[in-house]
Amino acid sequence: MKKILRNQQQRQVDTNMTNLSLAPRTWKRKSFIENQTVRYSICAGVILYLFLSFNTLEINWIRVWEGLPRGQKFLAGFAPPDFISRWEEIVDGVLESLWMTVASTVVGIFISIPVALGAARNIAHPSVYYFCRGIIAISRSFHEILLAIFFVKFFGFGPFAGFVTLSFATIGFFAKLLTEDIEDTSVSQSEAIQATGANWWQWINYGIQPQVMPRMIGLGLYRFDINFRESAIVGVVGGGGIGATLNTAFDRYEFDSAAAILIVIIAIVFFVEYTSGIVRKQVQ
Amino acid sequence: MAVDQQGEKKVWQRFDKKKQRLHWAGWFTGTAIFVYCFQLISEKTFWMFVWDSPNQVGDLAYRMIPPTWGYFDKIWEPLWDTINIATLGTVLAIFIAFPTAFLAARNTSPSVIFMRPFALLVIVSSRSINSIIWALLLVAIVGPGLFAGIIAIGLRSIGFVAKLLYEAIEEIDHNQVEAIQATGAGQLQVLAYGIVPQILPAFAGISVYRWDINIRESTVLGLVGAGGIGLQLNASIMELAWSKVSLILIAIIITVIFSEWISAKVRHAII
Repeated sequence: MKKILRNQQQRQVDTNMTNLSLAPRTWKRKSFIENQTVRYSICAGVILYLFLSFNTLEINWIRVWEGLPRGQKFLAGFAPPDFISRWEEIVDGVLESLWMTVASTVVGIFISIPVALGAARNIAHPSVYYFCRGIIAISRSFHEILLAIFFVKFFGFGPFAGFVTLSFATIGFFAKLLTEDIEDTSVSQSEAIQATGANWWQWINYGIQPQVMPRMIGLGLYRFDINFRESAIVGVVGGGGIGATLNTAFDRYEFDSAAAILIVIIAIVFFVEYTSGIVRKQVQ
Repeated sequence: MAVDQQGEKKVWQRFDKKKQRLHWAGWFTGTAIFVYCFQLISEKTFWMFVWDSPNQVGDLAYRMIPPTWGYFDKIWEPLWDTINIATLGTVLAIFIAFPTAFLAARNTSPSVIFMRPFALLVIVSSRSINSIIWALLLVAIVGPGLFAGIIAIGLRSIGFVAKLLYEAIEEIDHNQVEAIQATGAGQLQVLAYGIVPQILPAFAGISVYRWDINIRESTVLGLVGAGGIGLQLNASIMELAWSKVSLILIAIIITVIFSEWISAKVRHAII
């Protein structure tokens, strides 16, 4: 507060000094980054970065230009979407994606809970803490598709590899957010439970769990939603689901079927997101 | 709170009988659905391959360790490309997402009946289609390379940035807007002086957060030909040079953790 006041006074003095000729003073909006040196150095850094990055970009504009009419033809291939000729495969793919999503969300969350307990600073012993943090970091660093490549190699083609991939990816997301939530829980409630002589399990179950449960349900639904979306891509590298159907459609140059699949994905995501939004509102 | 009478003793229970039964039914249905889904997955699985996986893991670990450290010289450039894809893609997305968010927010949309559903449709389609699929499309249109990657990242991020931003716009403090209106400001002035300053911190935070996600996404775009470190990764996997693959994975982990650290720092500084 004091600093702001001093700034204002300083500014007042500045304006008085520069406006000795009694010219009308104009108000200027306070800028987002107040420190002038920081502001200018950030601007300079951004310009330097853009210059460097555009220099190394090597965009083949001729190729892009030549590609545009082809792109048009390509996009024209998408319309109208053809739902009929591959309908059975689409339904199969969507169902497979849904099974994968359900199973992987459940398994992922079940594994996340101990990991999150281990990674929460207020519960875990330091040795466990670093181990669990490591699991979360690894799971979060790798994109689902990278994981899928390896799991497809380990477990063979099909939905099982996709299921394992999504479960593993769920751990990173869910355990991290749950950990933050556990660390934010109120100490007084958990101390009250400890004061009754509760053992460790009772402490977790009655002191911590009720505090994090509402948000956990919300997060679980959110992750369900993400897992469905991701299940559309693990198929591209052989992990089963609607992604496999989509990839096949691309490989056969059946772009009208591909368009139908994309529309189906968008519609389902929209539906899942809408319903999970309603459920989340009810829970919280 | 419920009390359970067991003979003489009274035992405290967290839920009463009715709620307990409800919980039990919920868990039962949930488990049944899960078992059913898993059953269907397992029907489509060759369990022979799954049981063989420990051998596969061992074999792969044997091939991946130690990483070819000398290969590091060759991945600086693709790493730089990857960061460029993420950054320029995010910049592109921000430019499109900013107006889209204003069209989508209930309190700033020029027409709630026409523009808002349109903007929401843009947001949903952008969010539902993964950047890999965008890249798959764009590589076919503009050719393989960084450009396709940048556009793919951009298109995917529009929905994310616009969605979070329009939620922020809908939650602004209305008093400030009215104060600006009371000075006789025009609509654009209200926007610039009443609304934008309120959402600017959220906007900066969202952008940096998305940039951090985009770094992770851009590491795999190369798998479908859209430039970046994924190209090297794909090439190494194709030639079964697993020791190079492990080096690239290490590079990816370091980059991702570094970007996450930067984004966390920046967001802390802003908020």
